[in-house]
Amino acid sequence: MSDTAATPAPAASGVNTRNILLFALVGLLFVGTGFVQSWNTALTIFNMGLISAIMALGVNMQWGYAGLFNVGVMGFVALGGLAAVLVSANPVPEAWGATIDGGALPAGVQVLLGLLLGAATIAAAILTYTKLPSGLLRTLAVIVVLIVGFALFRMVFDPAVEAVEAVDPASTGFLGGLGLPVILAWPMGGVLAAGAAWIIGKTALGLRSDYLAIATLGIAEIIIAILKNEDWLARGVKNVTGIPRPVPYEVDLQSNETFVGMFADPVTASTITVKLLYAALFIVILAALIWLSEKAWNSPWGRMMRAIRDNEVSASAMGKDVKARHLQIFILGSAVCGLAGAMMTTLDSQLVPGTYQPLRFTFLIWVMVIVGGSGNNWGAVLGGFLVWWLWVQVEPLGLLLMQGLTAGMAEGSWLREHLLGSAAHMRLLTMGLILLLVLRFSPRGLIPER
Amino acid sequence: MDFLNAFVTLANFVIIPATAYGAQLALGALGVTLIYGILRFSNFAHGDTMAFGTMVTIFGTWGLQAAGITFGPLPTALIALPAGIAVTALLMIGTDRVVYRFYRENKAKPVIFVIASLGVMFIMNGIVRFFIGVDDQRFADGERFIISARTFRDLTGLDEGLAFRTTQGITIVVALICVIALFWFLNRTRTGKSMRAFSDNEDLALLSGINPDRVVLVTWIIVAALATTAGVLYGLDKSFKPFTYFQLLLPIFASAIVGGLGNPLGAILGGFLIAFSEVGVTYAFRKVVGYLGPADWQPDGLLQLLSTDYKFAVSFGILLIVLLFKPTGIMKGKSV
Repeated sequence: MSDTAATPAPAASGVNTRNILLFALVGLLFVGTGFVQSWNTALTIFNMGLISAIMALGVNMQWGYAGLFNVGVMGFVALGGLAAVLVSANPVPEAWGATIDGGALPAGVQVLLGLLLGAATIAAAILTYTKLPSGLLRTLAVIVVLIVGFALFRMVFDPAVEAVEAVDPASTGFLGGLGLPVILAWPMGGVLAAGAAWIIGKTALGLRSDYLAIATLGIAEIIIAILKNEDWLARGVKNVTGIPRPVPYEVDLQSNETFVGMFADPVTASTITVKLLYAALFIVILAALIWLSEKAWNSPWGRMMRAIRDNEVSASAMGKDVKARHLQIFILGSAVCGLAGAMMTTLDSQLVPGTYQPLRFTFLIWVMVIVGGSGNNWGAVLGGFLVWWLWVQVEPLGLLLMQGLTAGMAEGSWLREHLLGSAAHMRLLTMGLILLLVLRFSPRGLIPER
Repeated sequence: MDFLNAFVTLANFVIIPATAYGAQLALGALGVTLIYGILRFSNFAHGDTMAFGTMVTIFGTWGLQAAGITFGPLPTALIALPAGIAVTALLMIGTDRVVYRFYRENKAKPVIFVIASLGVMFIMNGIVRFFIGVDDQRFADGERFIISARTFRDLTGLDEGLAFRTTQGITIVVALICVIALFWFLNRTRTGKSMRAFSDNEDLALLSGINPDRVVLVTWIIVAALATTAGVLYGLDKSFKPFTYFQLLLPIFASAIVGGLGNPLGAILGGFLIAFSEVGVTYAFRKVVGYLGPADWQPDGLLQLLSTDYKFAVSFGILLIVLLFKPTGIMKGKSV
């Protein structure tokens, strides 16, 4: 990072006119959307922009603070979404109490027992591995433990799952959640993601950076596969809809006399009010996270992190436990992504595992961080808003462009239809182009690290 | 006890499909491992390179079919393959000029190359979806089977059939030719030797007068050929869908890492290891075990370790085990 001369001298506080101007410009994009399209659209994009900014903050912690290359953001986001279901969906007592042929326990309890058995198997295998002296005996013992444990797990788990999934599969067919307020799911999402991050970090962090990338890429795919196939957990591809909201419903507002009396157009007013309430909630969380991140960044802990990032060898010579610090920041960053995932599922009021695409939920977040400025919390936030706005708006812009290009062509011509139909894919191209341009000409991003 | 039928069932559902899949993975992993060994970064755009090459080949196939040219019993795509390789090679060289060369000259850190490859991945993904769309495309034509299940049953009189599809046969033959050609090139030709020297020790290679630009150029051409071939073979065997190719990145990387990144022989070994485990773990062994047991007996369960939806978990699990116990891979790879 030697090209400091190209950028203006950073202000001590980090809040300089250039940064304020950048934020104002991005704000203008949203205001412009409000005027040109509609305020409803602008707020929809803005709310997802807030969530994207939080995801970008999480990735920035891992990449910007510690140089960890995590390409499994999608998995952590999806775990957050799962938390929203597990915490806030209503429990399904019929599924919990379903009977199994020849079984004594209710199905729900047996599912949990099966999961416990699975965890115990892995624990036993690890214990066997660490306690026995190395040699053929140990290898055999570990294999035997794993095979026996797996067989037991399947014997207990499979019939229970079958029983649970058989309970009214069209509307439930899963164990349901705890029925608690959905706000509680947000920290839970962080905790779930942190747990997953701990497991990955323990195995892959000591190794080379590329291995962490592949490991996270893999775990993300596996998490999505689990969400899609384990119907007893969150209904799989049948989706969980109607997750309770932390804010009032539009219909309730529209039937509220005082509310209707206040506005000329109560329908539009109610949708905008709901979105504004969400925005307020999200802004509080984002502000808290930025404040915490900035505090951490400027603390001795933050300096230590950067020291480790910039030179691992000398940092460990100074007595810093590099692996433990990496694990710590990896868990923290993933937890933030999980939190954002839970918020997103709350905003959508549904968990749709099929919508989790790595390009959208992993690599787009990376574009946000790189474009905004890796190693700068404000940069990540700015990148989150800007790139999300572009991601949404490039599609109509691409369509507009295609309509302009194809205006001269004959109506119903094959090429014209194809070009118009493919306009949606312009956004991938644009994102790649933006990423490459920023990486080439302004590698430190819009708001560089101080 | 009926060993013959058990073996035929196993061959039909596990050994043949896994061999074909393994050959496809091996070709993909060879490309990844070559880029890693010579250009020294993990290329995340590799799956999309495969998709791009396949797309060009499909367009070529359609063109040939429209002109009435076919390859007799073999798929027409094989005639279009060289054109696909050529276009992909041009794209690779162009990408290197525009994107990667700058970072190479500036001696950027490997992870910067990886991030640049993410950008390339986005763009190529966009290009492929723009031209051919996101849908499934089947482009295999010609004879469907070398031996169909029915012919096999008639020939041998066994209860079980053994189907050997043309695409599987072609995959194995073409992959074999590719691998032999590649190893001949790397071990016997001057350029190949200079590539290996460059991979082993860049500074020493430069000192002994090896032209780095030429090495990089040849590497990209070989990678384009391997990726396109792997993609076309996979598409012929299954079907072409851009998103599937993107997802292939995981088993391909797993193969390359398991074999030892930067080690071509390891990549081939890793490809087959991953393919056989993926197919083996997700196959229901009920019938096979039934034949091995007493007559007129079938086990109750499906005897399937994992449902096929978790095939990614298999490559991942193997990857994890190898990383934990042998971090440089089965055959010694290199580390940046």
